[in-house]
Amino acid sequence: MEKALSELGYGHREIDDLQSINDLEPPDGWFGAVIAADQNEQKALEICRELRDRETKVTPVILIVQTGLISRLGTLNDLFDEFIAQDAQFQEIKFRIYNCVRKFGKNIHSSIVSYGPLALNLETYQAVIAGRPLDLTFMEYELLKFLVSSPGKVFTRDTLLTRVWGYEYFGGARTVDVHIRRLRAKLGEENAGLIETVRSVGYRFGRIHW
Amino acid sequence: MNTPAVNHQNNYVLRSVEERKVRFIQLWFTDILGTPKSFSITPAELEDALEEGMIFDGSSIDGFSRVQESDVLALPDPKTFQILPFQKGNSELARIFCDIYNLDETPFEGCPRHVLKRTLTKAHELNYNFFASPELEYFYFADHNPAEPLKLLDNGSYFELTVADLSSDLRKRTVLTLEEIGIPVEYAQHEDAPSQHEIDLRYTDALTMADTIMTVRLVVKEVAQENGVYASFMPKPLEGVQGSGMHTHFSLFQDDKNIFHDQNGDRYLSKTARYFIAGLLHHAHEITAITNQWVNSYKRLVSGYEAPIHISWAHNNRSALVRVPVIKKSHPESTRIEYRAPDPACNPYLCFAVILAAGLDGIKNSIELPKEANENLFELDDRELKKAGIRPLPMTLEAALREMEKSELVAETLGDHVFEWFLRNKRSEWSQYSRHVTNYELTRYLPTL
Repeated sequence: MEKALSELGYGHREIDDLQSINDLEPPDGWFGAVIAADQNEQKALEICRELRDRETKVTPVILIVQTGLISRLGTLNDLFDEFIAQDAQFQEIKFRIYNCVRKFGKNIHSSIVSYGPLALNLETYQAVIAGRPLDLTFMEYELLKFLVSSPGKVFTRDTLLTRVWGYEYFGGARTVDVHIRRLRAKLGEENAGLIETVRSVGYRFGRIHW
Repeated sequence: MNTPAVNHQNNYVLRSVEERKVRFIQLWFTDILGTPKSFSITPAELEDALEEGMIFDGSSIDGFSRVQESDVLALPDPKTFQILPFQKGNSELARIFCDIYNLDETPFEGCPRHVLKRTLTKAHELNYNFFASPELEYFYFADHNPAEPLKLLDNGSYFELTVADLSSDLRKRTVLTLEEIGIPVEYAQHEDAPSQHEIDLRYTDALTMADTIMTVRLVVKEVAQENGVYASFMPKPLEGVQGSGMHTHFSLFQDDKNIFHDQNGDRYLSKTARYFIAGLLHHAHEITAITNQWVNSYKRLVSGYEAPIHISWAHNNRSALVRVPVIKKSHPESTRIEYRAPDPACNPYLCFAVILAAGLDGIKNSIELPKEANENLFELDDRELKKAGIRPLPMTLEAALREMEKSELVAETLGDHVFEWFLRNKRSEWSQYSRHVTNYELTRYLPTL
């Protein structure tokens, strides 16, 4: 486990009582927790609960368990994000930690998504283009967030409608065009090209440069 | 009880207000005549306003008062939250459109936004989405004191301070401001009359467009005012030159498909489009009081200034009421019809509602489209027009009201409250106007009679 963490670039502290979780917490919060539940199961689950109930939640929580506990994990689902069997292979451990952090981790830096002159802060819902704040409506923000998260990928209108607007909305695929135009207008002439129209397919935000 | 989606939208609004240090949030709505109304709230009041709405006394608003209960509820639509580029001092200002509700949370009958939403819902039930793209015309004047003769802006001889293109500069600034708040402008230009300008907006769904028109009217006036100038959407401020219209292009979509288009139709026009136009022509005289709601509107609808006066349609005839622009074969999605009667001083919510209702009625009843009017209708005399089966549009507000009063379609679209209040209010406007002794009468009659 230690080796897996360090190979993935994470430092760690070993803690065995609840009080130390608060005392030793780094200024920008814990990045995640690996809880060894293979020794004292009750105490481990108690710590999990504590981590979930805190004001600053800790995610992801990865549980190391005895194979016997696995069948009972279903009912404890809300207490952890991932589990690793105590006898798992090194590669599996590493892969599971990596995936889990990618899915649930809230790195302070990951709340900023950026591309070229554009940056979105997902925590504060604010968008900036070349240092200038963009005053977006909710749907414009959601659409831009979606596009920026997958630069270079072409999305059809239908995909955008389903993924960004959801099923609640009934405006038809034209709505997408309308919002793309509004976004381009707000991005300003020099940056309007960030969102490209891909003829008879849909839209693409930016390019992947390789 | 809010859905998760609405909660998410509300969070977005609250967080943006906090992050951008917005000091005041204007809650916007319109009265029945399309006059913008707003009250400002502080960020502290915003959360409650989003959750529960703001109660206010409707009796202070034109057409909002009722006999039993005068309090109504303004509920902000979080999707319309927008920070405005007009700073008050050092702090940001934001606006949010509201729907008006009764205290029991049923939609308030006097709210024009509801009238349009209700009509759009009927279209949605048929899987139709209604799109609009208006061309707003307006004038710049040095000021708006009715006691003084109007001073134009871009005519050197009238306006001493003139820098040759101050008004073009104003228009450019207006366009930039609009784009900044997400209102794409298709085209902006100087119009035929001196000091007259036109801003063409790119299409959106009709509800968004009605909201947008309210915003554009405000931005045009605000930018002018910041520069010590007055902008007006009055339909006919000057005799002898063109008035200001709001020609609007409309199309109907079913999912991704423009159902006004037919590759095999006559000039790519579908059967549905022909029925829609026929419905519009059939009901045109009934809806004119809504699309042209002021005494002054009818001074624009006169012969000789490219404003429609006859109920007719054509592909390329600017004297027709409905024009069908010829499109390129490669752009089937741009098939649309242009309704040329409305003026920019209408209530856009009611205007779009009655136009859609008339068109849908044409589709529903498969109303047959009359022959296209290829002649210049301004040149035909009454007998020739009658022979061609072409009726005139109402020539005065009073005539338009008489037609509207008989209309089942308009009554049903507007709902009883709006329908009756509108007729009462407009009758009283007409009666005041009729009593007024005009300059025309004095100069014409006094010397001889």
